[in-house]
Amino acid sequence: MPTLWYWIVAVMVTAYVVLDGFDLGAGAIYLAVAKTDEERRRVLASIGPVWDGNEVWLLAAGGTLYFAFPQLYASSFSGFYLPLHMVLWLLILRGIGIEFRAHVRNPVWQNFFDVVFSGASILLTIFFGAALGNVVRGVPLDATGYFFEPLWTNFFNLGPQTGILDWYTVLIGVLALVTLVAHGSLYVAVKTDDDLGRRAKGVALLCWPLQFFLTIVSLVATYFIRPEVMNNYDKHKIGLLVPVLVFGCLAVLLWANPKGKEKLAFIASSLYITGMLVGAAFALYPVVLPARDRQFSLTIHNTAAGNHGLSVGLAWWTIGFVLATAYFVFLYRMFRGKVQAGEGHY
Amino acid sequence: MDSALLIHRIHFAFTITFHYLFPQLTMGLALLIVVLKTIALRRKDPAYSEAARFWAKIFGINFVLGVVTGIPMEFQFGTNWSHFSRFAGGVIGQTLGMEGMFAFFLESAFLGLFLYGEKKLSPVAHWWSAVAVFIGSWLSGYFIVATDAFMQYPVGYFVAADGSVQLSSFWALVLNPWAAWQYSHTMMGAAITGAFVMASVGAFYLLGNKFTEHARIFVKVGVVAGCVFSILQAFPTGDGQGRMVATYQPATLAAMEGLFQSQRSAPIVLMGQPNDQQGKIDNPVEVPGMLSMLTYKRWNAHVRGLDDFPKQDWPDNIPLLYYSYHIMVGLGTAFIAIMAVSAFLLYGDRLYKTRWMLWILLLSLPFPYIANTAGWMTAELGRQPWLVYGLMRTADGYSKTVSAGNGMFTLLGFMGLYTVLGILFLFLMRRELETGPGGEIKPAILHGKEAK
Repeated sequence: MPTLWYWIVAVMVTAYVVLDGFDLGAGAIYLAVAKTDEERRRVLASIGPVWDGNEVWLLAAGGTLYFAFPQLYASSFSGFYLPLHMVLWLLILRGIGIEFRAHVRNPVWQNFFDVVFSGASILLTIFFGAALGNVVRGVPLDATGYFFEPLWTNFFNLGPQTGILDWYTVLIGVLALVTLVAHGSLYVAVKTDDDLGRRAKGVALLCWPLQFFLTIVSLVATYFIRPEVMNNYDKHKIGLLVPVLVFGCLAVLLWANPKGKEKLAFIASSLYITGMLVGAAFALYPVVLPARDRQFSLTIHNTAAGNHGLSVGLAWWTIGFVLATAYFVFLYRMFRGKVQAGEGHY
Repeated sequence: MDSALLIHRIHFAFTITFHYLFPQLTMGLALLIVVLKTIALRRKDPAYSEAARFWAKIFGINFVLGVVTGIPMEFQFGTNWSHFSRFAGGVIGQTLGMEGMFAFFLESAFLGLFLYGEKKLSPVAHWWSAVAVFIGSWLSGYFIVATDAFMQYPVGYFVAADGSVQLSSFWALVLNPWAAWQYSHTMMGAAITGAFVMASVGAFYLLGNKFTEHARIFVKVGVVAGCVFSILQAFPTGDGQGRMVATYQPATLAAMEGLFQSQRSAPIVLMGQPNDQQGKIDNPVEVPGMLSMLTYKRWNAHVRGLDDFPKQDWPDNIPLLYYSYHIMVGLGTAFIAIMAVSAFLLYGDRLYKTRWMLWILLLSLPFPYIANTAGWMTAELGRQPWLVYGLMRTADGYSKTVSAGNGMFTLLGFMGLYTVLGILFLFLMRRELETGPGGEIKPAILHGKEAK
């Protein structure tokens, strides 16, 4: 049962990164690709009806994590206290950046919220990447099952007392930024036309070599700091499909984008993200939060909620998931196609 | 009190109090917008459609603030109250998880359609999107209240070998009788905020002789809804909630009412200052026997006072609890009076011209917010010193690994950020009020066309 919930949480986190990832990425490139007020409004209108729903996947994934692995939730959220609060502040700033900009038609007001929105989007992608880096690298858990990580300790030497930011987590943060910039650019390229669409596509083209290079560097770096990530891949050969998927998607991206097949490229980018996250989840299992001192690692077994709760939860979770998927299909169908100038209220 | 404990308590209290300023209005308005849209559909009256559109804009701004200030609430269970989460997550994770899966998805998906989809949808489909947003927001309220109800009156759990509580009965948790009363009482409070705000804005326009056609709709719908919900707020929901507290948290009831000594024919204190050093009420204005009557429906019933309970089980801030409760009840009573008089004038078709009553409606705008806040403070201060009543003390639930200094860092961060949000919010509200309801088919679309 805990194994099933492990994968359910992984699916929800992946859904969050793929969905909110494109609106975060669109935010990250926003200042660079959308030059005029009209173009900026088109970018906002392309994510306007969906960004809030996309962000709900984060909340729902958090809620599911809380419900299925209360102890993991308790220990990781208090341990990552400072960066999580910064994420919260950035989410607040980003939300009002998108929504408040349109209310006053004054260039100073709009420029201010443009920078708030784009800056918060960029920082959020780096923070989320760094968070994933922290989880893969391991944290200073002790026998109480808790820890508290300062923002930084020793940047280059990963000792037992790690900080949130070190060379490895920053590397993953940059990889996340590049990946989501490419992802968001492709989304904007699919949803808009004219110069705006072309510029967005250009950004995605520029990202590819970086993304390819950082993917390889990060995989090597991960093996270097935690060789045991390979254990599950040795044990279960099916895991080798993951790197095939990841590099296959990179190849599709390389081919599709210059050909003008943005939709295909966007799908490949989504699958690339899925592959990277599933690959990480596969490597960690059954550990959910590795400790620097391996004996204190939190696993699905010592953090899961009671069995009755988990089985009851499966019933309502399935219903909720089916409903949520249906809403999303409906919503995306309603707002399909290229965004026109002046659409929505942005 | 331990300084880290104090910081974590203020941290949660501050962020939740600020957060709840927005959902109480959006939950109330969601219902009233459905009412406006239903009338618009049935009577084919464009004024009602425009009224609904105007309130949808107010709803949209409040909803954004509710969302962005609500996300930190879910995180804080883990960041600031990790020992509590570890202890109770196996149970309350259920209701919090369901809120995400059932309420948030529904609300967020249909909000986009409701706010931006009027042109793409048929009138009936757009009505459905408003209904979906209403259901989503009221469901969300239920799951949150059910979570709180478990903390007030834990049911459906067992204590596992590691000391944590785990779910034993899903239906007991979801159908907690405490949750039923608390939910209906809370939602009536939200509906009252919506009704008062609507009536108040209508009164503002009527007094300034602007948008009078729409203003009459606002006043009419606000007053009728306000009258119904103010009465339901007191009876049966307030009464039922009070009996829950009397039955399951008798020490809380004694502290709320300022009843220091157990007695027969206990009086109800209308006014007075609790003096917890000397164990009495200073300058009391009382109605003899009334507390016994209200609680047990008998004038001479015996009511347990604080002296009946060990001091370590007393709520730890009796004066604040007492005042919160009395402010809530006092305002609730005033709401019934205001709305009853307004409804009487409305029935006689005189309300729109009775300027003193319109002034009262206008100036009552802040009071439902105060009453709702005071109500939640009563519930949460009343639960002290317990975090989960009878099972875990508040002092044992906060994140022991997060020092007071780190807690204060983020508390100050929230205070600064929320001050900015509050200023922006008031500024935007003023603009919407200035623009007012009316004429335009869809302001946003017009803006887009202007730019071309």
